[in-house]
Amino acid sequence: METVAMLEQEGNRIRLRAMTMTNHSGLGHTGGDLSSADILATLYLGRILNVDPADPHWPERDRFILSKGHCSGAFYAALAARGFFPVEQLKTFMDPLSKLNGHPDRNKLAGVEANTGVLGHGLPIAVGAALAARMRSEPWRVFVLVGDGELQEGSNWEAAMTAQQYDLDNLVVIVDRNRIQQGDFTENTIRMDPMAPKWAAFGFAVEEVDGHDHAALLELFGRMPLQPGKPTCVIANTIKGKGVSFAENKPAWHHGVPTSEHLAAAAKELGVEVML
Amino acid sequence: MSVGDATMVEAVKLFDCRDAFSKTLEALAAEDSRVCAVVNDSLSSTKLKDFKAQFPSRFVNVGIAEQNMVGVGSGLANGGMVPYVCGASCFLTARAMEQVKVDLAYSNSNVKLCGMSSGMAYGQLGATHHSIEDLAWTRILPNLSVIVPADPDETAQAMRYSLQHVGPIFLRISRMPVRAVHPEGYKFELGKAALLRDGDDVTIVANGVLASRALDAADALAAKGIAARVLNMSSMKPFDSDAILDAARTTRGIVTVEEALTAGGLGGAVAEVLAVHHPAPMRILGVPGVFAPTGSAEFLLEHFELTATGIENAALNLLGAEA
Repeated sequence: METVAMLEQEGNRIRLRAMTMTNHSGLGHTGGDLSSADILATLYLGRILNVDPADPHWPERDRFILSKGHCSGAFYAALAARGFFPVEQLKTFMDPLSKLNGHPDRNKLAGVEANTGVLGHGLPIAVGAALAARMRSEPWRVFVLVGDGELQEGSNWEAAMTAQQYDLDNLVVIVDRNRIQQGDFTENTIRMDPMAPKWAAFGFAVEEVDGHDHAALLELFGRMPLQPGKPTCVIANTIKGKGVSFAENKPAWHHGVPTSEHLAAAAKELGVEVML
Repeated sequence: MSVGDATMVEAVKLFDCRDAFSKTLEALAAEDSRVCAVVNDSLSSTKLKDFKAQFPSRFVNVGIAEQNMVGVGSGLANGGMVPYVCGASCFLTARAMEQVKVDLAYSNSNVKLCGMSSGMAYGQLGATHHSIEDLAWTRILPNLSVIVPADPDETAQAMRYSLQHVGPIFLRISRMPVRAVHPEGYKFELGKAALLRDGDDVTIVANGVLASRALDAADALAAKGIAARVLNMSSMKPFDSDAILDAARTTRGIVTVEEALTAGGLGGAVAEVLAVHHPAPMRILGVPGVFAPTGSAEFLLEHFELTATGIENAALNLLGAEA
C-alpha cells in the first residue's frame, strides 16, 4: 500500500483503538487522542522516528516525548502498532495495576521516554535530552508533542528560551493546535493566537501544517531541522475529535467517553474495524 | 608537629561546604564524561565558575527558571548524562516541587539535585530566601534519596557517592561555616547514621550545620556527668531506623535538632519510627512552625535556641521530665 494511504488507515486505527480503550476504562481523552492520531501515525509508522522496538533503550534512538500525556490512548495505540508491545495489551488500559496508566509511565512501558500528565513538563525534558545529544556529540533528535492549551503553562516558555540560547536544532516541538482545552475553546479561555509569531519570537524556525495531511506531515518531518542552528516548531493545525463527526470541535469531547453505539458509528465513519 | 605544638590552642578551622561540593564536582567531571552541571543563573552562589571554565560544554545555565531547570536535568539524564542540578535550595525546591516530584522522583531519573545555601543561611534576606521547608518536602517523595552533609569531608564523600548511585538524590548543602565533625577515616554510607560520640544517658540526633553544636552540647552535658550519644543523621532518606531504635532502647530519650521547620523533617522522621516501634521521650528542636524573622544566620540559630546551650537544655529537660 502506498505510504500515505497506509498512514491514513493507521491514523484511523489509532483513533478507533483509543476510543475503544476509553470505552473500556470509562476514562480518557477522546478529543485530543483524535486530534493527535495522524501526527503519531506519521512519526511512528511513517518511520520518522529512528527507534527500535526490539531495543527500546538503545542510547542513540530518537526521543519522542508526549507532553500532553493525557492523550495516552492514542500514544499507546501508536506504540503498539509500531511494535513496542502487543496490541492485545491495549485492552488493559487503566485496569488495576496495568502498565498502561492513565498517563504514561516510562518505568512501566517500553517506548515511553518521560512520565507526563502534568502539563508543561515535556518541553523542558525534551530540551534536556537535546542538550545531552549535543554534549555527547550524537546525532539523535528529540520530538515533543505539546497541546495548545498546555502552552499556557509558563515552564514551556522557560524551556523555549533555553532551546534558543543553546541553538538546539536537534529539537522539534510539535504543537497540536486543536484550539480546544478542557473547558472551552482556547480563544475563549486564554487566547493563544497568534501562535506562529510567538515561537518565532522565541527563536524557533516555525512552519504550519495541516495536522491531518499525512503527505504534508511526512514531507515536513523529513526536512528537520527547518533551519540549521535553530530549534524547530511545527504548528500542526488539527481538529479536536477529528474523524468522528459527533466529536469534532466539541469541547465536551475533551474527555468524553464513547458508548458502544458511539464506537459502532465511529468505526463506520473511520472505515476501520476494532482490533483489540 | 613537635610536642610543644600539641599544647598550643589551635583556632578551630571553619569551612564552607560549597567549596568541597564544587571541587568534588570538578573532580567527578574530570573522571566521568557523563557528569554535567545545570544552574539557574547561580554561577557564583553555587561556586561553579571553575567548573564552567574547565567543562564549558557540560555546563548549562537555563537562566532564572527553576521549573525548566529540573525538567532539563531529567532530560539530560534520559540522554545518558548525569546532571548535577544546582541552585539555592529555597528556589530549587519550592519553585520546582512538581518537577522534583514528577520528573525526578516519580520518573526515577538519575539526577542529582543540589540545594545550596539551605536552612537559614541567607538569614537577613528573610523568609523568601530561607529554605526550612525543604527537608519535609523532599524526604516524603518515593525514590528520592536525601542527604544533609555536616562537614566538608562528608560533603565530598556524599558527592562521590551520588555519582555511583543510580537514581535521584537531593543534596542539601549549606554555606554556613562549619568545622569538621567526623574522625579521620570516616566513611559516609547512605542510609546509615554516623556515631559522632557514644553515650548511654540521652541521644542527640542532628545533621548539617547543627552537628557540631550537638557535639558541643554533649561536651557541656559531660561536664554535668551526663553521657550523651551524638548521631549525625546526614542520610535523611533512606533513614537509619535501626540507629534510632537502638538509641531509644539504650538511652533515656532522643533530642533532635535541625535547621528546618520542626514539622516533617528530622524530628518528624525520628518520631515516625519511635511512635510505631518503640515510643520514647523526645524533644524536637528546629524552627517551630513560623517563618523566621530577619537577622543573620547566627542570630536566627540563637533566636530559635539552635545552639549548644539550647540543645543541652532540651536534653536536661527531657531527662528531668522523664525521671
